[in-house]
Amino acid sequence: MAQPQPEAAPATGQLDLAGEFLDRRTPLSRVRSVLHRYPAISPAIVLVIAIIIFGSINDRFLYPGNLSLILQQVAVVGTLALAQTLVILTAGIDLSVGAAMIFASMIVAQTAANNGLPGVLSLFIGLLAGLAAGALNGFLVTRLRLPPFIVTLGTLNIFVALTLLYSKGATVRGAELPDVITATGLPIAIGDVRITVGVLMMLALYVLLAFILGKTAWGRHVYAVGDDKEAARLAGISVNKVLMSVYLAAGAILAVGAWIQIGRTNAASPNAGVDLNLDSITAVVIGGTSLFGGRGVVWGTLLGAIIVGVFRSGLSLAGLDVLYQTLAVGVLIIVAVSVDQWIRKVRS
Amino acid sequence: MTATAPAARPTPTVEPILEARRLVKTYGRVVGLDGVSLKLYPGEVLAIIGDNGAGKSTLIKCLTGAEVADEGEIFLEGKPVSFKRPQDARTHGIETVYQNLAVSPALDVASNLYLGREQRLPGPLGSVLRILDTKGMRLRATEELKKLGISTLQDVTVPVENLSGGQRQAVAVARAAAFGSKVVVLDEPTAALGVRESNQVLQLVRDLRDRGLPVILISHNMPHVFDVADRIHIQRLGKCAATITPQSHSMTDAVAIMTGAAKA
Repeated sequence: MAQPQPEAAPATGQLDLAGEFLDRRTPLSRVRSVLHRYPAISPAIVLVIAIIIFGSINDRFLYPGNLSLILQQVAVVGTLALAQTLVILTAGIDLSVGAAMIFASMIVAQTAANNGLPGVLSLFIGLLAGLAAGALNGFLVTRLRLPPFIVTLGTLNIFVALTLLYSKGATVRGAELPDVITATGLPIAIGDVRITVGVLMMLALYVLLAFILGKTAWGRHVYAVGDDKEAARLAGISVNKVLMSVYLAAGAILAVGAWIQIGRTNAASPNAGVDLNLDSITAVVIGGTSLFGGRGVVWGTLLGAIIVGVFRSGLSLAGLDVLYQTLAVGVLIIVAVSVDQWIRKVRS
Repeated sequence: MTATAPAARPTPTVEPILEARRLVKTYGRVVGLDGVSLKLYPGEVLAIIGDNGAGKSTLIKCLTGAEVADEGEIFLEGKPVSFKRPQDARTHGIETVYQNLAVSPALDVASNLYLGREQRLPGPLGSVLRILDTKGMRLRATEELKKLGISTLQDVTVPVENLSGGQRQAVAVARAAAFGSKVVVLDEPTAALGVRESNQVLQLVRDLRDRGLPVILISHNMPHVFDVADRIHIQRLGKCAATITPQSHSMTDAVAIMTGAAKA
């Protein structure tokens, strides 16, 4: 009297259908969500392709000497771009970062060369100058609630003027400075590659900041503030405290940048680095950090800074006029921001 | 003798967990709250309804520290308290899910659950190097979601921006439920949700009440309110027009009181 068992297949068939329905993603959108999750991938791909192309155009591009030169050229911009990354992660922007760095470098050089202070003390005063610059920006952004763009546009001009007033337009040569201040320019040989103390310091700062942003509550709060300020506030984060600490940290980092700059050029010049503000933003943007805040990693910024260096070096070794380097960097920026916009569509 | 769900006339033995007395809040010449009193009893869902501009959100903001009332007092378990910031209410065990969903889209589910109260690793790694206990927070977040019966969130490492509206709401409610030790406040939790997702959130509200947590629920949706609420506080023109129960009044009555067409 056994009756034939009804087949259970229809139920599972329906489930499969539902699963298929949920995972209706094209390969392209899958690529997009991977890029969205790991913002450093796109600059890494660009860098590898650029190195392959420039290396095949001119053998000398891949010489250890040339690669180490690129790193040395990147050291100052790379350090400033790290400060810039912090600010941009909070959905701000710091136009004054280069001017503040030159200001700090002139204070270090002048107090050592003209006032005869010991090198270490001069460097410490330079650090205080960087922190003061960051505190001013942070105060104006958090207390007066002005947009960071306007605040730093103002302080950019203030720092440029203060630098020229303080230094009277005079350059301090490396020979006039204590050894500790120019030590950042000392070469270190690793095999055939010769890098400088300044390059190592920059890399150390990246490791430090990657750790802090990735592993501590403060780092998570920086992302949360940049992502959605109101949501961060309602979650119990003190938004103003986070913003203030970000600008102070940027000030400390740019003071280290000032030290690296003096070693790199073996001088402190009030007219140096007029483009450093924009170059640092360029590195951050090419590195995949979103100008809208909350998304990006410091390693992307390092790659972005190196990409700019690689393009400049590669194009000049390819025998192209220096103007084409600028043109290429301009195209890179627009492509990078377009890619960022595309990646951000994952949200909707 | 004691009622399971305290009616409009509570028995004197039950003390309210949260009580507001004669709250007044003005914005310039606009009166947001005009002497509103409210009592929340243990283990109940209190709904707050009212037309737009009736003062629902203002009332909630004053109770949770997002705004400070100009006049009036707030008592928590009989003791007077004053909340200057959302954090103050939170440290007293009052958790709020705001209408605009206070989640951080780029951060993952676990980070959002612990946002603003991250836990560090034990020992010097946590106290000196201040390293977050990411693994532990993820484990506990998974546990917490399981405890609340939220099955739609399997993977706590997914960024919140990849979730649907209902799942995001579940994250926000889960955060409130996980840390709210005394009161959970939900501001329009079903406003942006579909039918199925709304039902999940309403079930969450019942689960919270059954675990003993009193819930304040603000909603425009009458069927939802009459579905889960034990008592209903009706705001009208900055005042409390009436406090009713789903048993004592119909939805039509409630709408009539809300719009001023009838008195309680």
